[in-house]
Amino acid sequence: MPLLDVRDLTVEFPTRRGTLRALDGVSLALEPGEVLGVVGESGAGKSLTGTAIIGLLAPPGRIAGGQILLDGTRIDTLPEEAMRRLRGRRIGAIFQDPLTTLNPLLPIGRQLTETIRTHLSLSAAEARERAVHWLDEVGIPAASRRIDAYPHEFSGGQRQRVVIALALCAEPQVVIADEPTTALDVSVQAQIITLLKRLTREHGTAVMLITHDMGVIAETADRVAVMYAGRIAELGPVAEVVRQPAHPYTKGLMGSIPSLEHRVARLAQIDGAMPRLDAIPRGCAFHPRCPLAFDRCRTERPEMMPAGPTVAACWRTAAQPAQAMRAADA
Amino acid sequence: MRMEPGTAVAETTTAGRRAGWRDSDLWYSFSHSPLAIGSATVGLICVLGALGAPWIAPHDPFNVASLSLLDSFKVPLHSWSYPLGTDEQGRDMLSAIMYGGRVSLAVGAASVLFAVVLGVAVGLVAGYAGGPVDAVLMRAADVQLTFPAILMALLVDGVVGAIVPRERHEAVQFYVIVFAIGISRWPQFARTVRGSTLVERGKDYVAAARVIGIGRLRILFGHILPNVLGPVLVIGTLTLGLAILDEATLSFLGVGLPPTEPSLGTLIRIGDDFLFSGQWWVTVFPGVALVLLVLSINLLGDWLRDALNPRLR
Repeated sequence: MPLLDVRDLTVEFPTRRGTLRALDGVSLALEPGEVLGVVGESGAGKSLTGTAIIGLLAPPGRIAGGQILLDGTRIDTLPEEAMRRLRGRRIGAIFQDPLTTLNPLLPIGRQLTETIRTHLSLSAAEARERAVHWLDEVGIPAASRRIDAYPHEFSGGQRQRVVIALALCAEPQVVIADEPTTALDVSVQAQIITLLKRLTREHGTAVMLITHDMGVIAETADRVAVMYAGRIAELGPVAEVVRQPAHPYTKGLMGSIPSLEHRVARLAQIDGAMPRLDAIPRGCAFHPRCPLAFDRCRTERPEMMPAGPTVAACWRTAAQPAQAMRAADA
Repeated sequence: MRMEPGTAVAETTTAGRRAGWRDSDLWYSFSHSPLAIGSATVGLICVLGALGAPWIAPHDPFNVASLSLLDSFKVPLHSWSYPLGTDEQGRDMLSAIMYGGRVSLAVGAASVLFAVVLGVAVGLVAGYAGGPVDAVLMRAADVQLTFPAILMALLVDGVVGAIVPRERHEAVQFYVIVFAIGISRWPQFARTVRGSTLVERGKDYVAAARVIGIGRLRILFGHILPNVLGPVLVIGTLTLGLAILDEATLSFLGVGLPPTEPSLGTLIRIGDDFLFSGQWWVTVFPGVALVLLVLSINLLGDWLRDALNPRLR
């Protein structure tokens, strides 16, 4: 049984001009200790998936269908108070910008001990000890002295380390990391990713890593889900998705990554832009931009179907995988 | 001896915190503003004189045994014993002013505290909850703003007068005044705090606190409250001056504190009776003391507002 099981999740935003479907039948599962990467363009629904799982959809957004199960128990229907106790304790989260995630007026130690004491019955002294331990763990030098410092006394990378400590200090089973390195510069990104990977492996924490950086995914994730227009386009082990993508959209994404080995004059690009939520085409959402689209793609929506080592929502690869791949290579 | 780089960092921050207030922008701004230093000095003298009245005042104006009608209406500066003269009962004006300032400050501070607690709580809840809760609370504040403090006080005074037995009137009068002034001043705090809360609510650290599983009340009072207190400090200081004036006005009109417990306003009212018979000092000196106290508080408040507002620097 998967640790986190998202089944057919649909999120809608009722607006004046009709209901927008921002997530449409998203299904994914997270095994204990696994790192699942979620990639896609801006607006594909990556962050929204994370927000929906953690139960913090901003009104008027609401879960219109599907189920979210944690350890076999539904959590999308839990009352607010039960959900609150679950957040941080069983599902943690790390946000994009460490500069704004920490309360500027509270010492970091207070934020850590508050989190620890919210979830674990420890005395103030024990919580503090634990906080120091976690600061040490995430690589803050002289943790016992730095614990009373304020966020502005830390660098960006250090602050993200503190945020990671904050997310992990109650030892949740699942961590949702929403673009944890986007706000950091490249050299620090690698350190943070390594740290996150090491800590989650040591503690057996499952991670849902949301990013638009395929490099980060390739390095960190075990499996990857590619999202497009509120749906999952392709899901599979990271090596296979990177090496032999089945969905034309994934293929386009991989083609647009610059490579050090092959010098090309111009990177491949996917023509057009992702559709607006109020104008998602019938059939496969990707068909207007897809070089391989045929009649069926325009009328009938593809479900997730096995396509070689991965699972993809594409009529081409499902129907005749070999030919499709050849056509795509051409 | 080799030192770990992290240790050095930690030590500089600790040292930095120890000298913190001397390094702070606020102290710099204060020490470079003659107006702020001047008004702080005057204000401090007023406050210390008022608070220390029982110990440093030359006489006890409430000790009837020490009063002598032979000393009544002594002219100021004529004797060391009564530097600011005496009133019609032979009370030393300087001592009376010091004790009066004590009462004025107590009423002012208590009513501002009341207004701050009520206003900040309402503002936080309204700003964070939004929707109908926000609408109801803010309309209540709007309605409150349509009543002047004086009217509120007269109303409260009348109601309390009808409920409380006559012999207890003097005992409860302090609380009546504090309630009346506080209740007419809270909407400003509520509006300001609501505005800041709306801004803070959308920030990531609030979302992060929710994600961590911290309860709504803790987020509101532990995380958002410290971030909205800056403007409250400024308005609180300015309101202190206004509240002291409110109290003086009420006492001057005779609905304030009883003559057994005279505030600066009461002293001015009593002295007013003798203004035209030549004993000007009985009303002028309490008036001057009131002006000095309120002016220094207001000037300090103005300076604080400018110093805390990065856009005005």
